[in-house]
Amino acid sequence: MATSRRKFIKISALGFGGLATASSAFQLFGSNSYLDAAFKQNISNKFKKSATYCEVCFWKCAAWAFSNEEGKIKKIIGNNEDPHCYGRLCPRGTGGVGMYSDEDRLKTPLIRTTINGEETFREASWEEALDLIASKFKHIKDTYGAESFALLKHGSPGSHLEHLFKAYGSDTIAEPAYAQCRGPREAGFSLTFGSWVGSPEPTDIRDTKCLVLIGSHIGENMHNTQVQEMSDAIDNNATIITVDPRFSTAASKSQHWLAIKPATDIALMLAWMHVIIEEDLYDKEYIKKYTSGFNELKDHVLNFTPEWAYGITTIKPEEIRKTARAMAHAAPAVIIHPGRHVTWYGDDTQRARAMAILNTLLGSWGRRGGFYFKEKISVPKFPHPEYPHPKWGWKDIGEKFPLAQMGITTEVMKCAIPSENNKYPVKALMVAGTNITKSIPNKKLLEEAIDNLEFMVVMDTMPMDVTGYADVVLPECTYLERYDGIRSSPNREPSIAVRIPAVKPKYDSKPGWWVAKQIGERLGLSSYFNYNDFEEVIKWQLTKMGTSLDEMKKIGVKNFPRKSGPLYLVEGKKHEFNTQSGKIELYSKELRDLGFDPLPVFTKHPEPPQGFYRLNYGRSPMHTFSRTANNPNLNDLKSENNLWVNPKVARIIGLKTGQSVWLRNQDKITSTFSIKVRVTERIRWDSVYMVHGFGHDNKKLTRAFGKGINDTQMISNVAVDPIMGGTGMRGNFVEILTEDPHKNIKI
Amino acid sequence: MRYAMVIDTLKCVGCSDCVVACQTENDVPIGYCRDWITETVSGTYPNIVLELKSERCNHCDNAPCVRCCPTGASHIVDGGIVLVTHNECIGCGACIESCPYDARYQHPEGYVDKCTFCHHRLEKGQLPACVSVCPTKCMYFGDLDNPNSEVSKLLKNRKWKTLAPEAGTKPNVYYLI
Repeated sequence: MATSRRKFIKISALGFGGLATASSAFQLFGSNSYLDAAFKQNISNKFKKSATYCEVCFWKCAAWAFSNEEGKIKKIIGNNEDPHCYGRLCPRGTGGVGMYSDEDRLKTPLIRTTINGEETFREASWEEALDLIASKFKHIKDTYGAESFALLKHGSPGSHLEHLFKAYGSDTIAEPAYAQCRGPREAGFSLTFGSWVGSPEPTDIRDTKCLVLIGSHIGENMHNTQVQEMSDAIDNNATIITVDPRFSTAASKSQHWLAIKPATDIALMLAWMHVIIEEDLYDKEYIKKYTSGFNELKDHVLNFTPEWAYGITTIKPEEIRKTARAMAHAAPAVIIHPGRHVTWYGDDTQRARAMAILNTLLGSWGRRGGFYFKEKISVPKFPHPEYPHPKWGWKDIGEKFPLAQMGITTEVMKCAIPSENNKYPVKALMVAGTNITKSIPNKKLLEEAIDNLEFMVVMDTMPMDVTGYADVVLPECTYLERYDGIRSSPNREPSIAVRIPAVKPKYDSKPGWWVAKQIGERLGLSSYFNYNDFEEVIKWQLTKMGTSLDEMKKIGVKNFPRKSGPLYLVEGKKHEFNTQSGKIELYSKELRDLGFDPLPVFTKHPEPPQGFYRLNYGRSPMHTFSRTANNPNLNDLKSENNLWVNPKVARIIGLKTGQSVWLRNQDKITSTFSIKVRVTERIRWDSVYMVHGFGHDNKKLTRAFGKGINDTQMISNVAVDPIMGGTGMRGNFVEILTEDPHKNIKI
Repeated sequence: MRYAMVIDTLKCVGCSDCVVACQTENDVPIGYCRDWITETVSGTYPNIVLELKSERCNHCDNAPCVRCCPTGASHIVDGGIVLVTHNECIGCGACIESCPYDARYQHPEGYVDKCTFCHHRLEKGQLPACVSVCPTKCMYFGDLDNPNSEVSKLLKNRKWKTLAPEAGTKPNVYYLI
């Protein structure tokens, strides 16, 4: 493929829409208005029920998919036996139907081509697309080494490709879920407790007496188990303390909402530690038995009084004292929630450390109503030859971040840009299950990296923005149409769930496992794919686990008894933590030895200049990442994002709810599309807010194209966490433009 | 038997799962809905109150939609559920006009449609689809004539309100506050 291309293809003359569109799943009843209830019932009785687990987000709730005699998905409901969803899906899971029925889906493989000087895609057969991909894999390996072919991935399709890449000899693998999301808290909590928080978080919310949410929007993020347990906690009259500059949904359920000035959370937490220690509210037994470094901590927080924090956070000293006492009163049944998507200001590992330390002072780690010890059941590995050992991989690429525990996407992308310092050249890229142009900030860097690639292939179910950069686009079938790996969930008790195809793949789409196997076979890696159908793999694994595919088809979820020991720390029994000292490390020698602050310190972050507002973004319960905006059912619930503006700001600029505005950030980046204003008291006057995942620029997403603003586009100033490489994305400021900046320019 | 729905506004997060579950359960065409979420914000930053609630047909005891229906398509069945018989409905829209809750819509097939409390599910002993999916479990359904039902107990023990009581429709959807 010529390297002069790599322009994002906005309009393709060929491809995408060529095949016939199937009728919508919703036309069945609509076509005859005189169907009465009895007849409907008759039809509904013929629904086929198939076990699956959801792939609309990463939570992977087990579910039942109901399909009719025509082979169409009619509805999806939670599996009652699943401790991961308690039998209830969130709106995205219920709306998974739309992922299947979306007529904009990728339908056939596409190959980039140039016709009359215009770059476009043409439809291709699987044979041709896979042959081309395999030839590129071979070429990269022969010319640069397998390590130069990188994989950015997420979710179930990602794991099939990870197997392919490892068999091929590349460990150049990363996912936005780490450096763009939860990496800092994993680093911060492992430094303290010796173990990751992981997913799902082992927060004992249903039994907690006090839940502290610091920029954690449970209810707007529909992390299923947690939303349900928070509701139980409300029933049990638990105290909820929310720290958020925005009046989030969780804030509205809280007894204490601390309307903090953005970027000052560490100061608040240091003051809380000060109060808890000064007022003797900490768990002395726990501290003595399980921790090291308490005296250093005590000295460290001596001067961080609530009065000191007031000037920084704008939270009144008595509020700080009152909430610290409320936490201590509930301890150890208290949770300072580690949050998710915690890449904010570049000192995020330190903020996570502050959270971990607070939890320790209150004795909540390993305590009922605090954090439980979760347990996972391991799924036996389907036999395959040993993977070759790559000369370098994600670890080497991220070497300047000593505590990175997974690949750092931005560092992998940088390796695609040739320079003298680039020791690890990335020449080709495969992307699966993640819309990287919206999940990874700093579009300029991404585009430069992509532009320098020799080859890029994207596998997805939808023509996401990222597919516009690909040389080859592969249409994956949805989770409702394929087998996938066994879901093994760590919860209070371990459980497994299966995904069985409920219907045949629509159009010419194929399962991810099939794609991986096809490429693998073309590369002479058949021994790694020693099965005809992935069904054989899970059949073998399930039998090894003491069940069977037949049984799992009937039950969908199987729960196993705990074997690792009690859920909580046992009174009077020694517990060894997986840290260097075997104790919970309040003072981190590991950080000190690496030249970082051994205890969290507050650092002042830049504030918006005159006329600019801090860009805050968050989640909507109806959408996941930037991957669901076009889903007909979910788009029907929320089709675009709005710009939340405080009424005071609206008065100054002269904004009204519903008015379209554009944004320009501090680096002069102007939003491609406009966004409708929502004037609301729920946001501070120094910030604006929008939900992530809109502003799609691929016209093939007929419902989502051009609706709202892509927040990631506005994030060009990225504060990188020196400890683990996380990309802090909350330090961008925007001005609000009321006139169309593009009116004389054709986009 | 007097069916009622009780919705705890203190737990609702406004996720709209009830809306999409209703759409898939009842084949409500995309672009229409039988239930929806409202959000009310009052106060000034930082002293704000937010109320989220899931709304739908109130299955009123004194239902204006039933009174004004010229064909009798709108009617009340056992348990007080207000239903529309689609093949008797001429789509005149009188009921849409009369409903103080704006709970009815004109189905593209020409008849008027709205929440049925998932009558077809109740017959099978199941809860309405919205109630059965709600991830915050903020929705309750049951018989107000039974003093031991969950809904009766909740209304006895908690503060509640109904929507537009001044309309005199005697609604059967209650909101815990």
